[in-house]
Amino acid sequence: MTVDHQTSALLLFSVFVAVTLAITTWVSRRRQGSAEEFYAGGRLFSPMENGFAIAGDYMSAASFLGISGLIALVGYDGMLYSVGFLVAWLVVLFLVAELVRNCGRFTLADVVAARMRERPVRIAAGTSSVTVSVLYLVAQMVGAGSLVALLLGGTGEALRSWAVVGVGVLMVIYVSLGGMRATTWIQIVKAVLLLGGTVALTTLVLLRFHGDLNRLLHTAADRSGHGDAFLAPGLAYGTDWTARFDFISLGLALVLGTAGLPHILSRFYTVPTARAARRSVVWAIGLIGGFYLMTIVLGFGAAAIIGPDAVRASDASGNTAVPLLALDLGGGAGTLGGTILFAVVAAVAFATILAVVAGITLASSVSVAHDLYASLRRRGGTPRGEVAVARVAAVGIGLLAIALGLLARDLNVAFLVGLAFAVAASANLPVLLYSLFWRRFTTRGAVWSVYGGLVPALVLVALSPVVSGSPESLIPGADFQLFPLQNPGLVSIPLGFLAGWLGTVTSAEDPDAARHAETEVRSLTGAGAV
Amino acid sequence: MQSSNSGDVTYDDPWYDALASGWGESADAGVPPPRREQSTAAAADVYLEVQRSAAFQEVRSRYRRFVVPAVVVFLAWYVTYVVAATTAPELMARPVAGAVNLGMLAGLGQFLTTFLLTWAYARHARLRRDRAALQLRWDAQELARGRGGAA
Repeated sequence: MTVDHQTSALLLFSVFVAVTLAITTWVSRRRQGSAEEFYAGGRLFSPMENGFAIAGDYMSAASFLGISGLIALVGYDGMLYSVGFLVAWLVVLFLVAELVRNCGRFTLADVVAARMRERPVRIAAGTSSVTVSVLYLVAQMVGAGSLVALLLGGTGEALRSWAVVGVGVLMVIYVSLGGMRATTWIQIVKAVLLLGGTVALTTLVLLRFHGDLNRLLHTAADRSGHGDAFLAPGLAYGTDWTARFDFISLGLALVLGTAGLPHILSRFYTVPTARAARRSVVWAIGLIGGFYLMTIVLGFGAAAIIGPDAVRASDASGNTAVPLLALDLGGGAGTLGGTILFAVVAAVAFATILAVVAGITLASSVSVAHDLYASLRRRGGTPRGEVAVARVAAVGIGLLAIALGLLARDLNVAFLVGLAFAVAASANLPVLLYSLFWRRFTTRGAVWSVYGGLVPALVLVALSPVVSGSPESLIPGADFQLFPLQNPGLVSIPLGFLAGWLGTVTSAEDPDAARHAETEVRSLTGAGAV
Repeated sequence: MQSSNSGDVTYDDPWYDALASGWGESADAGVPPPRREQSTAAAADVYLEVQRSAAFQEVRSRYRRFVVPAVVVFLAWYVTYVVAATTAPELMARPVAGAVNLGMLAGLGQFLTTFLLTWAYARHARLRRDRAALQLRWDAQELARGRGGAA
């Protein structure tokens, strides 16, 4: 890659940063201070705007570069990710979006706490929300570091570290100054850029093959060296039974985890009604579905045009497949078209990371301020205090994410994302569904279901081959590996549901019929919604 | 009651101070917890009453009659797909037409069913639930206002 790509990529990075900072300043100019404003952007976004923002929150660089890179390397098996990420939205649409919008105010804990004794439930749900957000954030930061270094052609440790620090500082500025309103606009801008870039590249790939998908697939299969096996499952996961169960576990975590991600749940509070929340999810499903369909074309396109060997030579995990594809589609290295397309893809990837980390930082700082701080502090603080705490929390979480991002930079990004989804599915989803749908659910059940999903998920990871027992582990020297799978979802998700049930049937407390009636009536009709 | 909150939200209203998500609280609730008891009692009756009403039970059963089977169907279809892809790759590799094999068709089928179910759900909610739910929302809020204490 010549200096030309990098200069133009840097130029586009800077333009994006300037635009987003301008948005942040413009937004924070007025209407400072209220919780409604900071946490939910005033609740007046339209369904279309929120749909784009949800899509912007969800389509991470891991999907744009990671999934298409995976497809370029292992063919069909990469597609399984896209399917899981999309089907998950049906859980959100059917069971969560409208009801959560009707019942809560800012966070997941609001929905649960409304029926239960507030303090223990809020602390439990707040803790698990922050844990999920931090895991997801670290994944994005690690991705940001390696991606920026990769795209700018440097492999030096210094560049990586500076990229992580830079992303961390920017996200803290967006969130603590601009709150939900600035974050939402950044998501929207990013979603438009990302979809625009993806549509352009997909069109170019299809033009290259004169719209003949059959020829595209055959060329990809031929160049892969695997023949038709490239177009069928099995190259990446089907090797042995542990790998198979690992993938099933990941698939389960992906489909059930989305509905428990705090930064996704908080997006439903930015629209005025449950109906608007539903329409924003419909928009989001359309955008996200279209996006994942295009990443499949880009992945097989990269395999057909660049070839898996060249992709692997540039980056072993395939993350550079799309930038390389852009370079080739634009006319090759050294040409004007190639330079421009490469720079656009690099800038889009960077924008993607910035927007996603801003969304997650906001959600976790809201959880810290609205759930944890509000429950743990002594009574008698001022209402303004909570928003101030949220701003400070954003700085704290930013620092934590930078530190963890630097420490964990050798961890696999896809693994970290899968882990965040598994924890969300084990700790957040059971308690949310029980609260919304189970009449007899009690406080003890709620607390048990959160910790009963969270603790096993984290413990199983600590006992997994990721941490110890194999040469690629975090601690290669030690061996306390007891659990064979990398992703804990297959075990920890059922445990979360089981613990919630067990806590409920063993609790002495009678379920509060009146408050259940309130939750049920409110969730389905919107009576009393803010 | 919340009705007043949705109407005229004051941004620095005092109930941010309270832990509660504001349920069953009056808009002038600046006083710490004990005040919940009184107005909650009236509000709770309202919600129990609405919950028992035929109109609400109709809305709830319409929602459940769509969502329960739909969730069972798409989760079963997804799990079957993932399990088949990981445990029976030979089956998925069976060619159908040209480069397209059974696995490709199933993967694209997942996209297609997701889009179809989204459309069907949105349509069902719009035509079968939205109007009745809105009516119930107003009824509940009127009822709460009638009880005094709340609005």
